[in-house]
Amino acid sequence: MKPSSLSHSVSEKIIETFIHLSAAVSIVGLVLIFIFIGKESLPVFTSPEIRREASLSKIFLPQSPEPGEEKVFRWQPVSVVPKYSLLPLVVGTLKATAVALLFAIPLALAAALFTSEFAPSWLREWVKPVIELLAGIPSVVMGFFALIVMATYVQELFGLDFRLNAISAGIALGLAVVPVVYTMAEDALSAVPQSYREGSIALGATPWQTAWRVVLPAAFPGIFAACILGLGRAIGETMIVLMASGNAAVSSWSPTDPFRSLSATIAAEMGEVVRGSTHYHVLFFIGVLLFLFTFFINYLGQLFVERLRQKLSGTDK
Amino acid sequence: MNRRWIDLFSRLFTLLTALACFSLVAGVALILGDVVLNGLKHLSWEFVSTAPKTGMTEGGIFPALFGTVFLVLLMTVAVVPLGVSTAIYLQEYAPAGSRWVKLIRMAIQNLAGVPAIVFGLFGLGFFVDFVGKGIDRFFFDGALTFGQPAILWASLTLALLTLPTVVVATEETLRVVPRSHREVAYSLGATRWQMVRRVVLPQAVNGILTGTILAVSRGAGEVAPILFTGAAYYLPYLPTHLNQQFMVLNYHVYVMATQSPDVDATLPLLYSTVLVLLMLTFALNFAAIIIRSRLRRRLKAGR
Repeated sequence: MKPSSLSHSVSEKIIETFIHLSAAVSIVGLVLIFIFIGKESLPVFTSPEIRREASLSKIFLPQSPEPGEEKVFRWQPVSVVPKYSLLPLVVGTLKATAVALLFAIPLALAAALFTSEFAPSWLREWVKPVIELLAGIPSVVMGFFALIVMATYVQELFGLDFRLNAISAGIALGLAVVPVVYTMAEDALSAVPQSYREGSIALGATPWQTAWRVVLPAAFPGIFAACILGLGRAIGETMIVLMASGNAAVSSWSPTDPFRSLSATIAAEMGEVVRGSTHYHVLFFIGVLLFLFTFFINYLGQLFVERLRQKLSGTDK
Repeated sequence: MNRRWIDLFSRLFTLLTALACFSLVAGVALILGDVVLNGLKHLSWEFVSTAPKTGMTEGGIFPALFGTVFLVLLMTVAVVPLGVSTAIYLQEYAPAGSRWVKLIRMAIQNLAGVPAIVFGLFGLGFFVDFVGKGIDRFFFDGALTFGQPAILWASLTLALLTLPTVVVATEETLRVVPRSHREVAYSLGATRWQMVRRVVLPQAVNGILTGTILAVSRGAGEVAPILFTGAAYYLPYLPTHLNQQFMVLNYHVYVMATQSPDVDATLPLLYSTVLVLLMLTFALNFAAIIIRSRLRRRLKAGR
């Protein structure tokens, strides 16, 4: 063998090894994420010192601030007697997510129906990128817009007591969820074979009846996947909520009160926390909760996308 | 129900979906319009070329702009080779439909769904505390060098976050390369790598570019992953080493919007900063859209 072709085949081996190894990076990355945020939250389960302040029961069940006082849920990690109840944060997250989804899902689905079923093709080519542009707006810009501009109008429009509340934060969050739901739902609707529509129209149905009773049910698994991935996005989104929520850790279900979410709590408090303190480990525990929840949501979403594929290709039995 | 009523209802609901669609478009226009109109007032060459002064109520954003570009460049250097070769593996090397491939695809999709703030925690726990402190222990006798928030760790955290973007976009274009091209290369005696290098990759440049651009746009926009891994509130110098902290546009927006001592004085600067950030990400997104639509056309033509 000539030396040049030998070195050639050696460099080829090196490159191919790199290709094979890099394919594992995504798996290794995902596993490392779980291991490293899990490792830092482990003391919540194992360290007796930390469990005295923040065991699972202290995190999830009501506690008396002073002996003999009424039991309450409170997140006050920086006080003489630190309190680590996650309930106010969970309530805040769910509240903002609910507002965001109530706002985003109907709008995004209706818009997806319009673009895939009713709009002429020149309009579709034009409208679709504009809505997808929403995905390109950085969340910090959306947070800025909610905080500086929208909050004032929302407060005046509804006559609210607080400028920062779950309604304005939820709407901004919803705007970030819209492109997720819209793009996936539009894909699902477009994937429904044309013959379904032709059959329905031939039987005398109007375009709306066709869209509502034939196309939408056919695309249902994909639509559902779009909605749960939107849910995952809303739960995990940080900057919008951090900027527009008012960051008050109160357990109130009212959408007109300020609130604080799980993700925003990590963002706001991790910078000042003492490494290795109870507070530090509890923040990582919140990270684990977010990770597991979105992991589950994604898994569910993939399951439904797969179902859609099988359904439309006629291989499901 | 009477046919006329059915037609009327159909029209009404169709109109409602159109309304939803256009209200979203109007929403986008409203946000952009507000930012552009208010942002243009203060935008000048001086603004993008000088440092912030007097508690961010005067001066410009140069250090933040510099930090953003530096950060995103480092991230690109890390994510593009990894993402592209993952896509090459999935499309060209892996046995199609194997369990390993399914696992990789699942990992990529899940990685794309992990909240940005969790990446931030990971960057702190893994890159800063584990890798960084480890390097300090072995190479610097425990002197604090890499075991602290730094631009290197922030860019690697972002690289992991944007990996799915690059993989998905690259895979999409690899799929467009016709099977016959590969077969011809093999029949001429090319090895697999020669085939990939000489036949597939030259045709996939567009998609790789799209993926890179989208990743850069995403990386320039995300704040949560860099909050604890290197972004600085204010720095009097520009970062020149990999282990230094940095200022960055998006974090600068957050700081000015929430922690300004004088909101009214900061607001014009804030608007202009947002405008610069938006122009940056939109220009990138727009380029990606154009390249991709060209690609899609080729895909259609090829079928």
